Amino acid sequence: MSPLGQSTALRLGIRDGLLMPFWMVFGSMIGFGSMARDAGFGLGVALGSSVGIWGLPGQVAMVELYAVGLPIFAIVVASSMANMRFMPMCVVLIPHFRGNSTAMRWRYLLAQMLSINIWTVFMRHGPGLAPEDRLPFYLGVSVTCLIGGVLGTTIGYVASGILPLYVTVSLVFLNPAYFVFVFSSVRYRNCIIAVILGALTGPLLYQVSPDWSVPATGVIAGTVAYYFDKWLEART
Amino acid sequence: MSFSDPWVVLVLCIAGTFVWRALGVAVASRIDISGALFQWFNCVAYAMLAGLITRVILIPSGTLAQTPDVDRITAMGIGLCVFFMARRNIFAGTGTAFLVFLCLTTARQFGIL
Repeated sequence: MSPLGQSTALRLGIRDGLLMPFWMVFGSMIGFGSMARDAGFGLGVALGSSVGIWGLPGQVAMVELYAVGLPIFAIVVASSMANMRFMPMCVVLIPHFRGNSTAMRWRYLLAQMLSINIWTVFMRHGPGLAPEDRLPFYLGVSVTCLIGGVLGTTIGYVASGILPLYVTVSLVFLNPAYFVFVFSSVRYRNCIIAVILGALTGPLLYQVSPDWSVPATGVIAGTVAYYFDKWLEART
Repeated sequence: MSFSDPWVVLVLCIAGTFVWRALGVAVASRIDISGALFQWFNCVAYAMLAGLITRVILIPSGTLAQTPDVDRITAMGIGLCVFFMARRNIFAGTGTAFLVFLCLTTARQFGIL
């Protein structure tokens, strides 16, 4: 693969970001913005949460639990637990920037900018790019999504109570629906097995323990998928 | 500024999520990308996200919890049919699921359903 050059890779990232992820983030953050306002937060905190936490389950946990008046320690732990997925996501993402010293120097910042929308786009197209093109591509996608997040949160906050519920709720539905199709399009066998097993296990484990269901699903379904894939490989 | 000031909560929650990101980066710098451990993390990440997404659709919290299960499942079912008929077109699948869901919730709002 020959390098595209920084500006072409950046433009490619912005284009891929605008194609779907921008609108997904925009839609779900409209829902979050109005939720944050209903919970009594200021616009500043709502925006800070979108940009800083930058992971919807953790943001929702913070807003919901603050609104019911839980102690601060419980809020922070619940919000953090809800975003545990960033750990394996970063483990899988960051090695793709090896060979680019600038990207590696700023790797903690890149990890801070990561979201599930950005991760799925990057995992589809990033690894196929030349190593020096991956950073501008990543920045193009992630900055586009961050702008969508800021705009969505602001509009949701300001228009809270103006937008009818059936519109807001449909916008919130947009992102999880999109991910179902994104994950139905994964190409490698081990990923396909992991997605199927995870999708079956996730809702079941949630009935057992809402707090631990996401990491437990990852470890259990992921481990089974890993060994099942190895077993299939050994047979052929 | 009290201890339960929203800004204090926010800063602590940002740190609470960053811990996972930083831990991931720390592991990433020691991992062999062609090794078994990396492949395992890859499976864990995909399983975790797939589990989270199906849970959000089937057992949602927040705004989505106000919609009937049958609406979300119908929208996803029709969306998946279109997705596979359109040779795995993500845009077609997402658009269909969204429109079906929007129609169902709008119909309920106006008492048609």
